[in-house]
Formats: sequence, C-alpha cells, structure tokens
Amino acid sequence: MRKILLTLSLLLFFYNNAYGLITVDITRGNLDPLPIAVSPLHVDPKSEKISQFKTEKLGEEISKIVERNFKSTGLFNPLKKDAFVQKPDIAHLKPRFEDWRLIKAQALVTGKLLIKDKKLKVEFRLWDLTAAKEMVALSFTTTPNNWRRVAHIISDKIYERLTGESGYFDTRIAYVSETGPKNQRIKKLAIMDQDGFNTKYLTLGNELVLTPRFNTTNQLVTYLSYFKNMPRVYLLDIETGIQEVVGNFPGMTFAPRFSPDGKKIIMSFAKDGNSDIYSMDLETRVVEQITKHPSIDTSPSYSPDGKYITFNSDRSGLQQIYVMRSDGTQVKRITHGAGLYGTPVWSPRGDLIAFTKVRKGRFYIGVMRSDGSGERLLTENFYQEAPSWSPNGRVLIFYRETKSDSKGKGFSAKLWSIDITGYNERRLKTETDASDPSWSSLLSK
Amino acid sequence: MSRGLLYSFLFHTLVIYLTMLTLPFMMREPIDLPPIVSVELIEIKDKTYIPFAPKARKIIEKVKEEKKRVVSEQALPAAKAKEKPDRIPMPEDKKETKELIKKKQNPEEIKPQIRQASEFEKEELFDTNEIAALIDKAKEEQAETQRKKDELTQSSVKNSFAQGLSLSEEDALRAQIFGCWSVPLGLPYDKDLLVRIKLKLKPDGRILKSEILDHARMNVPGQSFYKILAESALRAVRICQPLKVPPTGYERWKELQLNFDPTEMLKG
Repeated sequence: MRKILLTLSLLLFFYNNAYGLITVDITRGNLDPLPIAVSPLHVDPKSEKISQFKTEKLGEEISKIVERNFKSTGLFNPLKKDAFVQKPDIAHLKPRFEDWRLIKAQALVTGKLLIKDKKLKVEFRLWDLTAAKEMVALSFTTTPNNWRRVAHIISDKIYERLTGESGYFDTRIAYVSETGPKNQRIKKLAIMDQDGFNTKYLTLGNELVLTPRFNTTNQLVTYLSYFKNMPRVYLLDIETGIQEVVGNFPGMTFAPRFSPDGKKIIMSFAKDGNSDIYSMDLETRVVEQITKHPSIDTSPSYSPDGKYITFNSDRSGLQQIYVMRSDGTQVKRITHGAGLYGTPVWSPRGDLIAFTKVRKGRFYIGVMRSDGSGERLLTENFYQEAPSWSPNGRVLIFYRETKSDSKGKGFSAKLWSIDITGYNERRLKTETDASDPSWSSLLSK
Repeated sequence: MSRGLLYSFLFHTLVIYLTMLTLPFMMREPIDLPPIVSVELIEIKDKTYIPFAPKARKIIEKVKEEKKRVVSEQALPAAKAKEKPDRIPMPEDKKETKELIKKKQNPEEIKPQIRQASEFEKEELFDTNEIAALIDKAKEEQAETQRKKDELTQSSVKNSFAQGLSLSEEDALRAQIFGCWSVPLGLPYDKDLLVRIKLKLKPDGRILKSEILDHARMNVPGQSFYKILAESALRAVRICQPLKVPPTGYERWKELQLNFDPTEMLKG
C-alpha cells in the first residue's frame, strides 16, 4: 500500500518536471535578397537548328531572362555564373548540394531544353540547397518563338514557390508612347512585355491617346482617344486589333477602368462642366450613374471584390480620395492629409490603395490602407503620376516627367517601377518616351 | 465491514490529498502568467551582469588593466567592479523566490503545502505524516539531483534557472537566427503564421534532427503559404548552424524548440 502511494506521489512530481523543452521565439528575420544560382539550361545536342536564333545559345538566354527578372524584384540576388561549381549538364542529375552551398547559394535552378518537330520543350527544376531537395519541377512545350515567355513563366513559378505570392513576369504593360517635341507630341498606344521587350504599337498616332487600362481577366484594353476633338472611351482587343467606342454619350467620357470581373467599365462622364462617375455593362450597354454631386468626381477604381469604388473628388474644396459602395452609397472621405490626392488605384490584393499626391509643388506616389490609414509615400519627384499595380500587388509602375525649359527642351517622360516597401525603384526601358502605364494580369493562369 | 470502510476512507483521503496537491498546480498556471513577465523585467536589468560573468569578466578585467596602464588615476572601473557584487544579490534574491514559486522544485517551497495537508489529515484521525515525510524525502532527492545537474551544467553560479537558457544566451541565439532568416514576403498578414520547429542538437550546436511540429498544416489546401514559411524557417536554422548555444550545459539545450512568427514584422 505504502509503495503504491509512494510511486503515485513520485509520479506526480516527475510529471511536474516534464516541461523542460526550451523554446525560443523568432519574431524577426531579414529582408536581404535570397541568393539564388540560375544555371544556364542545358541544350540537348539533338535539337533542331532554327533560323531565327542560335539554338545553342537559347539555354543561356533563358537563364539570363530569369536572372534579370529576379534581380528586378529586389528580393533575389542571382549569383555570378563564374562562381558556379557545376556545368549546365547537371540538368538530369541531383546537384552536389555541398558545393553549391559553398558559394552561399540557397536555391538553384537547373534545366534543359530540346527543339524537336518545331516544338520547344523546356524543363526546369528548383532546388532548395540547404535542405538538399527539389522544390518544384515543371516542363513546358511551345513554339520556339515563345521562348521569352517560357523564361517568364519559369520565373513566375520559382518566384511563387519561394515567396508564397504569385509572380508578375509573364505579363505585359500597355502605355502611351510619346515622340516629338513637347508641344507637338505624337502619342501612340503601345504594348510591351513586362521587361521592355516585344514592343508593339497599336494605334497610328494621328489621334491623341490617353490612359490605357488593362482588363484583368483577358487581353482587352480600354483607353481614351479623341473623336471630333472630344475625348471618348475606346475598347481594343489586343489579339484581334478590333476597336470600338464605348457608348454614345453627348458629353466627354474619360478615366475608364474595368471592373474586376471584366464585365463593366467604370468611367467619368462630363456634362455642362460637371463630371460624375458612371458604369457601363459591356454586354447589355446599360449605363448607371453612380455619383451625383455638383463637384468633379473622377478616376474611379473598383476594389478587387467589386463591392467598393475609390475615386477622387473636390467636393470638400480640395481634391481628395473617397471610397463608396459600388452602388454609390456610403461615400466616405479617406484622405485628410495636407496636399492634393488623386488617381487612387485599388491593389489586386485588396489591402492597399495607391495614389498620387501633390504637395508644395512636388509629386509623390504613395500607398495607404483602404480606410485611409497607414499612408506611406514611396517616392517623390518633380512630376510623376498614374500608378498601376502589378497583378500580385507588390510593385507599382508609374511615369515620371522631367522639367523642361520654356522651349520644351530637356523634357522626357519615362516609366518607373517601385515596390511597396519603397526601396526598389527602377526605370523600365522603353523604345520611346512613355506615359500612363497599365499592367496586365498574368497571361498564363 | 470496518476494513472496507477504512479502505474507502483511505482512498477518499488520498483523492482529497492528491487534489490538494495538484489543484494549486493547475490553478496557478493562469495566475503565473503575469509574473513571468515581471521576472523577465528583472532579468533584463540583471542581464547586463549575468552574461558578463563567465566570459566577459575576463574581457572587462583586460579592459580594466589596459585602462590602468593608460591612466593610472582612473579608479572608476575598479569602483564599478566593486559595486557589482553588492548589486547582484538584489535582483537575484528576488529572482530566486520567483523561480521557486514557478518551478516548485525546492523542498522548502513545497513543505508548507504538505504540512498543511498533513494537518488537515490529522484532524481526520488519520496519520499521513509518514507519507508526507516520504514525499518530502522524494522531493529532497529530486532537488538534490537537480542541484547536482546545476553544478554539472552551470559554471556560472548566478544562473538560478536550471532549465531554459539565460536571457543573454537566448538573445545570442535569437540574434543569430534573425540574421539567417529570409522572411518570404508574400505571406498573408491576417493568418496564423506560427511555425514551431523542434531541434535536436549536437554538442557543437550543429543540427542532428529538425522537425516541424505542425507538419500536417503543410499540405492543407489554401495554406500553401505555410509550407513556404516553414521551409524558410528550416532554411534559416540550417544556414545558421552551428547554432550559438552556450558552451556548457548540453543537457539543457540538446533539444530546442524555435517558434518562428513573422506577423509582427510584416505588420510593422
């Protein structure tokens, strides 16, 4: 009996002693770019020769595009190829992880390609070098001319696997291409790959074009052009080249933008000097007036769930940003800071609204939460505006103009991008001067 | 009949006794929570002294000597050094009492409880003094082994928490992992982002085995971010190795749990 009691009571105490595991909370990390090695893709020697480009160089070119994409994010640090410890022909083998770790790489991309029967087949593998295992492996088959897109898709897949958010490399940017002197600008609608390649001009330049906006669900662009000296909203199908005027309004229509489902266009419509916000169903062509106020309401943008609209209005005296339900009720002013606020754009993630702010003659691009709190100004310059979100809501693209003298000399307009941390600002190369960029959604979903 | 009654009585007193022993344990936990914070606060003050004891003392002395060499009149460092032993007992005393309450490993702390229990039982016409004594003995034995362990593992006399790392040791480890952890940026702010990793370490701080404790969450649909987060945490630990663990006391930290949670950082 005594023994039982003894053991029982002893057990009790030993139980109490069992919580010995030391725990340490790690609540911070670094945001240093992740070192990644992109090995040139191995070109299968059996590949067919194609006249447009050098097949044997294709593997290297693809890896270069992937590297450039990664570098532009500011989140990755592609390592120099001279330091690589294994040749590209490791594509079908497991890499020697220890060796790659020596050059401080944390991830490795290997791959191979083959051109056969006029089809390009690309395979790639992403390796986690610290864990010594494969993270993702995919293969694509396409026409050889699409090789740049393959590189972008590979970049997207790797980006997604390493950061947890979708990529934005297999995308295009529509913008207004500008040439000629400042007072006689020729403005054409243009479109290019996100990295500045494959530029195409979609209009001839005999009419002014402004504010192209991508439909997030397909490759339709809406933009503003002049028709009999009146600004009108147009729709353009990039694939077919067919364009049409949206509706037949007595006054001028401007600042068009698609709804998140792509079925409506929301825009401003001005009549007798007063502009309000209207939406139009693209199928039924039914127009609905959303705001009804004697002030100037313009630049509408839907929230990604389509339930709210943000816009700017001068109803308080100065131009400020407002949010309302998509039926026009519950209008609420969200900016209260000093200066003017305009061109609000809702992030595709839904959490932020990007805007342009003008204060004391300087222009800022900033972001804030959708209730107006947490305003952060990302970049300041002489003149910049029209932010447009990357499809994953991480990067903003906008344009910046330089100061010119009275004769218009020294004037230029360029596209720039900045990520929402504000640390990674880059200029996008375009063939001509450029303004009013709009970022498409991912081409391959 | 009377024997049955006796057994029943014995059993019931045992149950009551056990309840009395365990209940405070259970009840204390929520009450204990706020004091843990205050203990930490004291330790932070303490921290400047404790960590410097084994290693830094040498360095401090070196510096002192150097300063002496340079300026002979400078008595300041020496005065500081004198102050030290006076200061230390203050927070340490406090700490020790708190530790006792928390860990219940000291016989002195438990005794009153047991005595209470035995008095209570005396009234019930049953002598459990013997049991109490036995328990006391067991308790003493355990405390002794604990003390032995302490002697074995802790070169620093000041470290009164036998288990767990001191704040400075923890800080060193934490700072090291902060540097190795590349936080994936595409994480949703409003989801539970806690990744718990259990490590088995070698004496040199290298990793013998690592295990993600909520492994099942890795493959839950719609939680793909969790897998990415967990992988990044594992990468951090692997890149960091050998981990900066204390040079002594392998038994204490041969198993470690790291809780990675970037919520604060992402929101901030």
